[in-house]
Amino acid sequence: MAHSATVSTNSKTGAWFGGKEPMNASYGKLMMWYFLLSDAFSFSGLLVAYAVLRFKEVGYYDSAFAKQFASIKEAGEKFIASDAYWPIPERIFDAFPFFHGQHLPLIFVGLMTFILIMSSVTMVLAVEAGHRRDRADVEKWMLWTILGGITFLGCQAWEWTHFITGTDKGVVRDVWMNGEWVKQVVKGANLTANEYGPAPFAFSFFTITGFHGFHVFSGVMINIIIFFNTAIGIYDRPGRNYEMVEKVGLYWHFVDLVWVFVFTFFYLV
Amino acid sequence: MAHTYDNVANGEIPKPQTKVIWVTFWILFAITAVEFLLAFTVPAGAFRTSIFIILTLVKAFYIVAEFMHLKHEVKGLIYAIIVPTVFVIWLIGAMFIEGGYIYEILNK
Repeated sequence: MAHSATVSTNSKTGAWFGGKEPMNASYGKLMMWYFLLSDAFSFSGLLVAYAVLRFKEVGYYDSAFAKQFASIKEAGEKFIASDAYWPIPERIFDAFPFFHGQHLPLIFVGLMTFILIMSSVTMVLAVEAGHRRDRADVEKWMLWTILGGITFLGCQAWEWTHFITGTDKGVVRDVWMNGEWVKQVVKGANLTANEYGPAPFAFSFFTITGFHGFHVFSGVMINIIIFFNTAIGIYDRPGRNYEMVEKVGLYWHFVDLVWVFVFTFFYLV
Repeated sequence: MAHTYDNVANGEIPKPQTKVIWVTFWILFAITAVEFLLAFTVPAGAFRTSIFIILTLVKAFYIVAEFMHLKHEVKGLIYAIIVPTVFVIWLIGAMFIEGGYIYEILNK
């Protein structure tokens, strides 16, 4: 009965602990992948809604206002925000901290993209250091990653504030109030009205970048916990390893990945 | 590139191997720079939009394959992640077209 005894010790711990891991990945890593897949579906739901909201509206270059100009280039330069058409992003997102009133198209969001990609690089360097069990290196790169995440959140806070506050002048809009159309100055943006374009423009901006920003925030929190665990030496104990750094790394790269899509669909297209 | 955590003993620290990481970073950086260049030189339209989407997918490939290390996992895991994602990306693309169709109905 020696044979069955061996089998029972294996089956007691199951496939994951029996020396053979399904798909050659540890339980935690596989579950992180499945979580990220489901999270990707959440973001896709938002992007699907955005796709319909965006393309059912008149694009600026298809509008009667833009058609009066001779060329697309001229129409782009003479852009005026209106709720009759979807705005062009480089005319809306053109502000930069401490450069008030200057037209600096997409520079700030470019900086944010750079910061997030950079923090993704430092994260993968932390994972690499974890493979080598180099605690000092893991700590260093985790700190850089946390710093990058916090900087990104700060940039986003500034951008949201600027977006909500609006330009100095605002625009005059017809607003339906108490059963009649009234002229009203609209400044900045909220969920129902904004000075940049149709209501869904600000609505989808808040929803999608907000949901992404919330992911960055949770990522920073998780990174801080893992940094703390690394610093007190949990992963250097016998029988433990730095795989936890790799798992949170997967989450952090996913946040970066989502930003790549948000950047394209919101700021470029 | 097959990483295991068990073949490194406590106490001895091997040299870092970061070449692939930095190459990937420069690829991502270059693609983003090209996107910026296109945003200011090529006039807006279906042509530019399709280039942007292709470049985005290329960036997504490098992040997932190298940073998230999926390229070096076993085939089963790669397919388990990629196949559902391909369908959902198709759904996003389909809804872009569908939105355009709603626009036609509303405006023509």
